[in-house]
Amino acid sequence: MGTTSIIIVGVGGQGTLLASKLLGNVLLSQGHDVKVSEVHGMSQRGGSVVTYVRYGEKVYSPIVTEGEADLILAFERLEAARWLSYLKKDGKLIVNDQRITPMPVITGAMEYPENILEKLKEKGIQITALDALSLAEQAGTAKAVNVVLMGVLSASMPFPEEIWQAALEKCVPAKFLDMNKKAFALGRAAVIK
Amino acid sequence: MKQLMLGNQAVARGLYEAGCSVVSSYPGTPSTEITELASTYPEIYAEWAPNEKVACEVALGASIGGARSACAMKHVGLNVAADPLFTASYTGINGGMILCVADDQGMHSSQNEQDSRHYAQAAKLPMVEPSDSEECLSFVKEAYAISEGYDTPVILRTCTRVAHSQSIVETGDRAEAPLKPYEKNPKKYVMMPANAIGRHAAVEARMEKLQEFAETTSLNRVEMGGNMGIITSGICYQYVKEAFPEASVLKLGLVNPLPVKLLKDFAGKVDSLYIVEELDPVIETHCRANGLRITGGKKELGLLGEYSQRSIAVGLGKEVPETVNFEEEIPGRPPVLCPGCPHRGVFYTLHKLGVMVSGDIGCYTLGALQPLGAIDTTICMGASVSGLHGFNIARGKDSAKQSVAVIGDSTFIHSGITGLIDITYNKGCSTVVILDNSITGMTGHQQNPTTGFTLKNEPTPQVSIEKICEAAGIKRIHVVDPNEIKELEKAIREELEVEEPSVIIARRPCVLLKSVKPKPALVVEEKSCRNCRNCMRIGCPAISILGNKPQIDPTLCVGCDLCVKMCGFGAIKTQEEVQA
Repeated sequence: MGTTSIIIVGVGGQGTLLASKLLGNVLLSQGHDVKVSEVHGMSQRGGSVVTYVRYGEKVYSPIVTEGEADLILAFERLEAARWLSYLKKDGKLIVNDQRITPMPVITGAMEYPENILEKLKEKGIQITALDALSLAEQAGTAKAVNVVLMGVLSASMPFPEEIWQAALEKCVPAKFLDMNKKAFALGRAAVIK
Repeated sequence: MKQLMLGNQAVARGLYEAGCSVVSSYPGTPSTEITELASTYPEIYAEWAPNEKVACEVALGASIGGARSACAMKHVGLNVAADPLFTASYTGINGGMILCVADDQGMHSSQNEQDSRHYAQAAKLPMVEPSDSEECLSFVKEAYAISEGYDTPVILRTCTRVAHSQSIVETGDRAEAPLKPYEKNPKKYVMMPANAIGRHAAVEARMEKLQEFAETTSLNRVEMGGNMGIITSGICYQYVKEAFPEASVLKLGLVNPLPVKLLKDFAGKVDSLYIVEELDPVIETHCRANGLRITGGKKELGLLGEYSQRSIAVGLGKEVPETVNFEEEIPGRPPVLCPGCPHRGVFYTLHKLGVMVSGDIGCYTLGALQPLGAIDTTICMGASVSGLHGFNIARGKDSAKQSVAVIGDSTFIHSGITGLIDITYNKGCSTVVILDNSITGMTGHQQNPTTGFTLKNEPTPQVSIEKICEAAGIKRIHVVDPNEIKELEKAIREELEVEEPSVIIARRPCVLLKSVKPKPALVVEEKSCRNCRNCMRIGCPAISILGNKPQIDPTLCVGCDLCVKMCGFGAIKTQEEVQA
């Protein structure tokens, strides 16, 4: 088996690090070689953030490069567009249809592109788009967007739900566990009809 | 047990397993977690030092005292620690000593991308370079063996992609390294000329022995494949294995001193020879100096930034997958000061006053970005204060009326104090604004001497910024809340006018601290808003124009009130006020 590459992109503060931790734990528990690459520090603080997750029999590079990702999980739609060139031609894109306005748009120096989802769909790639923010609020907090999206991602991966639940129990503080389990279930149910 | 570990976490684990008992560091991305995680082992004494020079001296002192010790820092931190390090090379060690340095190719969170390997060459110290978390752990153990075997501190060099990548690590048990006896030995530890002359000879003899070690150590490894040969080290090894899986590879784990015979033997077994190393051509220069014929390397791959499996493939002429592109221009998303950040009021005010701002290293460097755009210079830790003094001396008395320095609490302790003393001692009249947010922010909330807590969160006497300034000879010291922008502006105007040095301490805790409870999100009341967009001038990421009027994103707003103070029409309110 070759190496599978996943990219998680979003905006600093959206909880992409917890998402990659969860995914890394699931992959490790399934006996894969795993590498996860994150960037801390200046790149957070509301900036564009990316985490690379790679797994397979033997993984060398911890980073994913252009044209290499089997799947991109985008926490925000402008970030989906920004990282599109990293997707394989037959890759899959999961997008949280949320807008977070970047500073150059706030200052009026640039425009936030219109109809991003429609333009992405025209590219002929597989796209799953959903409003994860509403589902997170339904679970009890807007902060659970990351776990909702892991629920969505889980439906695209060949591991049983219990494995994900176990990883959640390992990665999330006990007092938030119920809320996060609910968020995960809502995300998973949104794509498994 | 097998687990996923960050490179930094694995270094910390390596320190634990190797019996290290003293760690002293100053935080710096991407090295910070080494010390944070080392502090979680009760067997290790770990501390935050005021700066990297102090940290390195503490580690050396502990080593002379007989313990296995370490210090960790980012690449630019090594500039600060270089003074003790160069002479530690002469004294050698008693207990093993490792200096962990994390380079930042690509400058994810740094002001330059200097190559730390030059320090190993210049200070004549062995340097090991792991390429993943497993090696981070095992190379720490190797480094202690080299340190004690050859009587030398050892540098362990990582980079962002090793330090902040997780990969699988098999952990083991701790092997205690009992405290060695301390014996007075001035010839080894008192580096006055008469003794240092002898020690320099010892350093050169050590380097010769290490050169022999480099030829045979298992840290350097050959993986024979096809006729194409690649010499590489560290993270580049991982990229090379993906870009050219069929190539023969010489992976160097010891990057100083570099072998000669091993390189020549490898070169003799392949038809073409490439050198793949990020930043400076250290290995390549060594290979050329030893007469190896190089097919390609720096010329094809360049001196700048990070490499990747793709950039190496492209540079060396291999086809790479095509990409799908989003044709429209995509607005950048630079990092910004957080909603509710206490620095925002300061930079809004400085921008408004139009003064020259001598900046420093920390979250507040983001005050340079639009729309605040308040900072004129950022060089290195502490340079805001001393740099401003030079600027004002050069430009004459009136310059000090139109300029300030800004520096954070931790950075002030790190190396701002000496600059301030330079100002008072030499009769300068510059104004320094200390941004005291009660924590070391940028690197992810580390305690420092001004916070009253240690690395292990134990209470400790709090260093008073006011009293330090006073003792340095500053007579005019103001403490203001930076969210009270009128008061802040008044204080800055006053201090710019007076012809003597002054310090304004803008004190308000970082909004991300757990002790700071966010208030309910504010809203723009539609009927009261005149669309003057004054609220947009503070550059708060929670406020943007939607439907042609400012709106506040309730998922981002923490109710800090700064925008309320900006609005002349009372249109920004709490949810209750709107409903009332």
